[in-house]
Amino acid sequence: MNLEYINLISFGYFEKGLLELVANDVKKEFLLPVIYREGHLDLSEFYDPGRRQYDGNKLLKTIDSKFAFDNDKTLGLFNVDLYIPILTYIFGQAYLNGRAGIVSISRLSNERYGIKADDKQLVDRFRKEVIHELGHTFGLIHCKNSTCVMRSSTYVEDIDQKNHQLCEKCRGQLG
Amino acid sequence: MSKKISILIVDDEESVRSSLYNWFIEDDYRVDCAEDAKKALSILESDSFDIVLADIKMPGMDGLEMLKRIKSFRKDAIVIVMTAFATVDTAVQALKDGAFDYITKPFDPDDLSHLIRNASKQITLIEENEVLKEKVISLENVENLIGNSEAIRKVLKEIESVAQSNASVIITGESGTGKELVARAIHANSPRRFFPLVSVHCGALTESLLESELFGHEKGAFTGAVYNRKGRFEMADSGTIFLDEIATISSKMQVELLRVLESKSFVRVGGNKEITSDFRVICATNRDLKGMVEKGIFREDLFYRLNVVNINVPPLRERIEDIPLLVDYFIKKYCTTMNRSLITIDSGALKRLEEFTFPGNIRELENMIERAIVVGNGKKITLKDLPLGKEIVNTTAESLDDLEKNHIFQILTKYNWNITVAAKALKIDRVTLYNKIKKYGLTEPK
Repeated sequence: MNLEYINLISFGYFEKGLLELVANDVKKEFLLPVIYREGHLDLSEFYDPGRRQYDGNKLLKTIDSKFAFDNDKTLGLFNVDLYIPILTYIFGQAYLNGRAGIVSISRLSNERYGIKADDKQLVDRFRKEVIHELGHTFGLIHCKNSTCVMRSSTYVEDIDQKNHQLCEKCRGQLG
Repeated sequence: MSKKISILIVDDEESVRSSLYNWFIEDDYRVDCAEDAKKALSILESDSFDIVLADIKMPGMDGLEMLKRIKSFRKDAIVIVMTAFATVDTAVQALKDGAFDYITKPFDPDDLSHLIRNASKQITLIEENEVLKEKVISLENVENLIGNSEAIRKVLKEIESVAQSNASVIITGESGTGKELVARAIHANSPRRFFPLVSVHCGALTESLLESELFGHEKGAFTGAVYNRKGRFEMADSGTIFLDEIATISSKMQVELLRVLESKSFVRVGGNKEITSDFRVICATNRDLKGMVEKGIFREDLFYRLNVVNINVPPLRERIEDIPLLVDYFIKKYCTTMNRSLITIDSGALKRLEEFTFPGNIRELENMIERAIVVGNGKKITLKDLPLGKEIVNTTAESLDDLEKNHIFQILTKYNWNITVAAKALKIDRVTLYNKIKKYGLTEPK
């Protein structure tokens, strides 16, 4: 299948500059044209009042069924706190070798952890997570290379340790 | 270790199963799911998983009961239990029943990753431990080929030259000469040494048991076949299979064995799936296989397939000069095993051992030394500690006097120089015995 585009669809408020920068990095990593645009969803349907979080599984399904196309890779960008039933939170998730994924910026900011805000660091973390989840849609699994963007990250500190680029091995697997 | 760790997820909630499935797939684990304990147990019967991640609260059989059942057929299984209804009691019960760990839903992504990483490390350690144990046993057994005689040096040279190849080997020799040690030495020096050496004592098994032992069986293949079981050929994949007492196998098994050796593939008893395995075959026998071929008892084609190289292990009586070294080795071995200080052997006792015919070969010598250490005084092995029966002692005596002297000495030794008991055994009175001791100049060994 010949891939045509990577779609970054934002739900909720994101600064235009942030999306532009991320789209640019995504384009460099995957060598495909990137389209970014706003999307609209009633997020209350995905809200769990008990956990005060949004259901990542339902959101991923919705992005896949309503916004994704076979010849594209589509990533939903959110600014709400995501969870899946088994985990307390997720930064994002995607269908491995599928056509859709989701990422949230909510847990990437320093303020969340009581540390002084750092916009530059926030942007850096966000682009890494976006490229990481897109990597999964391209069939890439977690990488053992400590600087590769496909390295698994469960804390923001882990995200800070890696680059926003794919290592040579992962790049090679993109084909 | 490049092997993919496999995880079986057992939870009645679809969303939990799919979330965990996606999470682990991205980490390159092999993952399967079951919606209840019954299905999980059924999956585990036909497939083995390194880690089972199971919910405690499930309809039907709960996770704790499933844990017990898994542990009943796979003691080393790593089962991690999870629940949204955490209580200290259930956690303690799960750990008591053998759970590797316990986790409360929902958990932090990092906790899950740590847990699985720890479990994977445990699996790797267990596997490495097994390989190292095998390796140590192999190394010990190569060291166990003690001796400096021409005969044993010839065997060592043959081992060295054949080890690097893949050729089938038949090791011949009397019982107790150390044929299995030779097989282990070949394996330990071969490129297959990091893989298993699987031994099968063909003589100890009936035809049907041997068939199931070698080829494995599927669940329900026969009464008692409760689970699928790998056969020895499968276990020896990439390694070596050692078939001891090969001459005892039935003609039907000879045909089966020939077919496996030619195709390196087979089907489990009661199964229909062709299984391939890459193994090297080493056989051993104390019988004259060639003679059996001539008599039509052993298949000629199988004989030639097995007998690419023949190594004959000499009996102990043909390597008498190795006895002091062997005695020394066994004394060290058993003193260490029994946690005793090292002892020696007196020259008289050693001389008598060198005169002994040893029909049971090295095994008999080993048993003798072990016994002598147990019954002896803890300082020195003397003749009285050795169970050397007169009927099998090599004697150079020609005259009746010499025979009488030897016999009296043996009886005295046997009864610890208790004159009354020895005289009674010899059916002579005590005075006569004293006179004979004096006549032959017999003295009690110190």
